[in-house]
Amino acid sequence: MNPVEQAVRWLNDPLNWTNPGGILDRLGEHVTISATAVLLGCLVAWPLGLWLGHAGRGGGLVVLVSNLTLAVPTLALLTILPLTFLGFGRPAVVVALAVFAVPPLLANAYTGVRQVDPQTREAARGMGMTGPQVLRRVELPLAVPYLAAGFRTAAVQVVATAALATFVNGGGLGEIIRLGFGLSIAVGGGQILAGGLLVAGLALGVELLFGFVERLVTPRPLRRARRSATRRAADAITGS
Amino acid sequence: MFLRLSYRADPGNPWFSWQYLRDNSDTVTTALRDHTTLTLRAVVIAALVAVPLAVVAYWFRPLTGPILAFTGALYTIPSLALFAFIAPYLGIGVATVLSVVVLYALLVIVRNTVAGLHQVPAEVREAAEGMGYGRWGRLLRVELPLALPGILTGLRLATVSTVALVTVGVVIGRGGLGQIIFAGFQNNFYKSQIMTGTLLCVLLALVLDLLLLGVGRLLTPWLRGRTG
Repeated sequence: MNPVEQAVRWLNDPLNWTNPGGILDRLGEHVTISATAVLLGCLVAWPLGLWLGHAGRGGGLVVLVSNLTLAVPTLALLTILPLTFLGFGRPAVVVALAVFAVPPLLANAYTGVRQVDPQTREAARGMGMTGPQVLRRVELPLAVPYLAAGFRTAAVQVVATAALATFVNGGGLGEIIRLGFGLSIAVGGGQILAGGLLVAGLALGVELLFGFVERLVTPRPLRRARRSATRRAADAITGS
Repeated sequence: MFLRLSYRADPGNPWFSWQYLRDNSDTVTTALRDHTTLTLRAVVIAALVAVPLAVVAYWFRPLTGPILAFTGALYTIPSLALFAFIAPYLGIGVATVLSVVVLYALLVIVRNTVAGLHQVPAEVREAAEGMGYGRWGRLLRVELPLALPGILTGLRLATVSTVALVTVGVVIGRGGLGQIIFAGFQNNFYKSQIMTGTLLCVLLALVLDLLLLGVGRLLTPWLRGRTG
């Protein structure tokens, strides 16, 4: 029996879905962990990114943060954080994932504010707005499409990375894959493949969902210009 | 009491210890060597596939969209899921890790090479054509050299992310330095072992990145003096 048939058979067993520690449990864990991590990342990255963009400083910092997190293996952060004051369990996993959510959120918030037309900003100043008012009433609304793009990238990345939480017993859908590998390929091949399908499906689903949200919050005239803007923001991350 | 306890707990499990490095130098060097060779092989294979693919995407414009869309979609697939897709077919071994890592590196290099090729100014292309260069001559003598900065950016990004990605190979027991990190976690959370693995990973990424940066400087002498 080839692995694909095995995987279909494994997915068709209702007990694999409803058992304690089954797919539904793991999916719940996965989504909870990821959502908390992304929200935590937003709480840190958005205010910082918006403020840096408003002040027009710290572009180097944004690039540095993204380069540093690119080089640090996820596995290392997942194993190191539980040994600090965070302790074992959920909080450490969530913080580790949030760290990887920060670069796209930060870079997009920064770029979103920076790309606001200087004339718009000056007009707002001329109307007598103070700095914080300009940020809140002019720059923030204009940066919303960028914030949405960063949110999508971060969410997809965190959902993908959350699969690795299983190495530190953090639960999530990755557990299914690791248990399958524990059974050996011949026996667990179907389970491994099924777990992979679930993880990949969830990531693609999140990508599509937030891609749709991103479209919704982008005013129509901006949609065409956004394409190249996303690329520019991505270039800012990669430092090219 | 508190002071004594912390005094006792500290030397038991420090964040870094030379003692650990001395006692386990064999294991550590083997893991480092595995990690390095795996990374280098992956990047070389990826580059050999990616650059021709990017040239195809560049020459046949209708293919650019599909190739970039395909690589983008592949990039959203989580690494662990990719391991899960490939392992049942290639088994537990280096081949599986290598193919996962190559796939990710491939995507990064293809994207950056296509971007680099598109940055070649149209006037330069026309001038080359006017001088009588054919399609291949123009590619090899004009377009690829001018796209080198883009290609090198792709190579550097691919190398750095590959170093980090290889650690996920622990899922099938072939994670290079990831093996050390993970073993440290399982052996009573041995901090200095985890830290050694992590630091070596980051250092390896840094060294390879700087090497590529140097190679890039040597290969693109005309960019020297300009910023970036």
